[in-house]
Amino acid sequence: MHAIWVISKRELNSFFDSLVSYIFIVVFLGIGGFFTWLFGSDIFLIGQATLQPFFSIAYFTLFFFIPALTMRMLAEEKRIGTIELLLTKAVSDWQVILGKFFACLILISVALALTLPYYITVWALGPIDHGAVWCGYFGMIMMSMAYIAIGLFASSITNNQIVSFLLALFIGVFFLIIFDVLASSFTGTVGQVLNFLSMSTHFDSISRGVIDSRDIIYFFSITFLGLMLAETSLSKRNIVE
Amino acid sequence: MSIVVNNLIKKFGSQRAVDNISFEVKTGEILGFLGPNGAGKTTTMKILTCYMAPSDGDAKINDLSILEHQDEIKKKIGYLPENNPLYHEMPVLDYLKFVADLQGVPKIKIQDRIAEMVLVCGLNVEKHKKIGELSKGFRQRVGLAQAMIHDPEILILDEPTTGLDPNQIVEIRKLIREIGKQKTVILSTHILPEVEATCDRILIINKGKIVADGTSEMLRKRARGEEMVQVQIKDFENRDLVVTSLKGLDSVAIVDFVKESPNSFLVTSKENQNSRKDIFKLCVQKNWVLTEMTPIETKLEDIFRELTTN
Repeated sequence: MHAIWVISKRELNSFFDSLVSYIFIVVFLGIGGFFTWLFGSDIFLIGQATLQPFFSIAYFTLFFFIPALTMRMLAEEKRIGTIELLLTKAVSDWQVILGKFFACLILISVALALTLPYYITVWALGPIDHGAVWCGYFGMIMMSMAYIAIGLFASSITNNQIVSFLLALFIGVFFLIIFDVLASSFTGTVGQVLNFLSMSTHFDSISRGVIDSRDIIYFFSITFLGLMLAETSLSKRNIVE
Repeated sequence: MSIVVNNLIKKFGSQRAVDNISFEVKTGEILGFLGPNGAGKTTTMKILTCYMAPSDGDAKINDLSILEHQDEIKKKIGYLPENNPLYHEMPVLDYLKFVADLQGVPKIKIQDRIAEMVLVCGLNVEKHKKIGELSKGFRQRVGLAQAMIHDPEILILDEPTTGLDPNQIVEIRKLIREIGKQKTVILSTHILPEVEATCDRILIINKGKIVADGTSEMLRKRARGEEMVQVQIKDFENRDLVVTSLKGLDSVAIVDFVKESPNSFLVTSKENQNSRKDIFKLCVQKNWVLTEMTPIETKLEDIFRELTTN
């Protein structure tokens, strides 16, 4: 546990030492705030005390931002060779992966925590469904975990940050849109499976305030699978043919 | 802390980067790893530091196998990888703290260890700078400092003096010598005088195989069994007479002229014999003045070239 925390702390420091974290937080809050309060189907237009507009825009911004945060994490270490330095210290491959995973998750949680004033403001404006709001935040965290794991996997298989970013988006877009679109054009079992794979199915049901074990299992499965693939690709160097 | 390597093999595809290597390093020994580019030095080091698993064979560090006890071994090894990769955006002190933390140095000791490393590696003036702002020599020192921060019993250094200026090289060598008194050190290098200056033992590898193993004297002896001396003699009448007299000595095998100086001769002794005493006696007897007698040493370069080119 200690090693994971040490690695997370270093990653977080490097986020906050560079401009990455500040740009991420400012843009995330900016876009979220703009579409929640000022533009499109904002709160005043729909006339309900709900954070639904914020969640649906955050759903897209995180999809783009998370690969930008994770693309560096393993690709850069592999490119400049510090991964060798890290893995010859008293840490395992898993600890490195988890350290980076939690660093990213903490940064996103900080950004989400900074949107709590939106919640308080909406609460002041009218009767809000507290359960739905907290479930929405919970769903955001779940979704972020899945995207971070995908991003880390993409970062683990290349030395190039751009490749890693695009690959993470490419994998992500399946969960975001493609499975959803395909699901509507198939019927029967295939349609059901595709529907189950689509992230929006699960995110929508959570953000409506229904926490179903199926949705939680779904997000945890993607997270676990992504992290496991990242670990596998990192430990590829040990393969003995 | 001893290292025992047994029939280590590492294959990359069909190529054998390390081909059945076995050797031992005793506690307190400084072993120089020598070889041309691509000989398998770095690969061997990567295996010993548990970065890569070997294709076959085993290495034991203090009776702990690298295949099973990676966590314990990693704590005992300090490693400076090739090209010294570092996090350029981190300040020196933060970086050392990070490494100490990662290697499980107890919290109360971390500050002391950092202070000691800063002192030992001469980082005091630069310690608040970011690593990316340092010159290459100072980065190398940071690399050494991070390798030694947890007071490891074994140090593995992959080309520790590349990119340093001559003064820094002397300092780093002195430092390695100092550390080598209590610790086991393996270092790799292309620079031959470096191994002579720092190492107790030399291991030359070529194409994944060990081609020589021993102290620099042992290697010299192996490369050229016979002793060779350059002799300068004055006050003689006939050069040819000198040559025939020298050749007439029991212990002398070959006598050659030296082109640049007419008074000098190259005398090679017979195998396992010493001719210097005889030469001196001969000169006394003939009333020649002996002005120079220098043993010619085979250069390590020659041995290296001989062993690694074929």
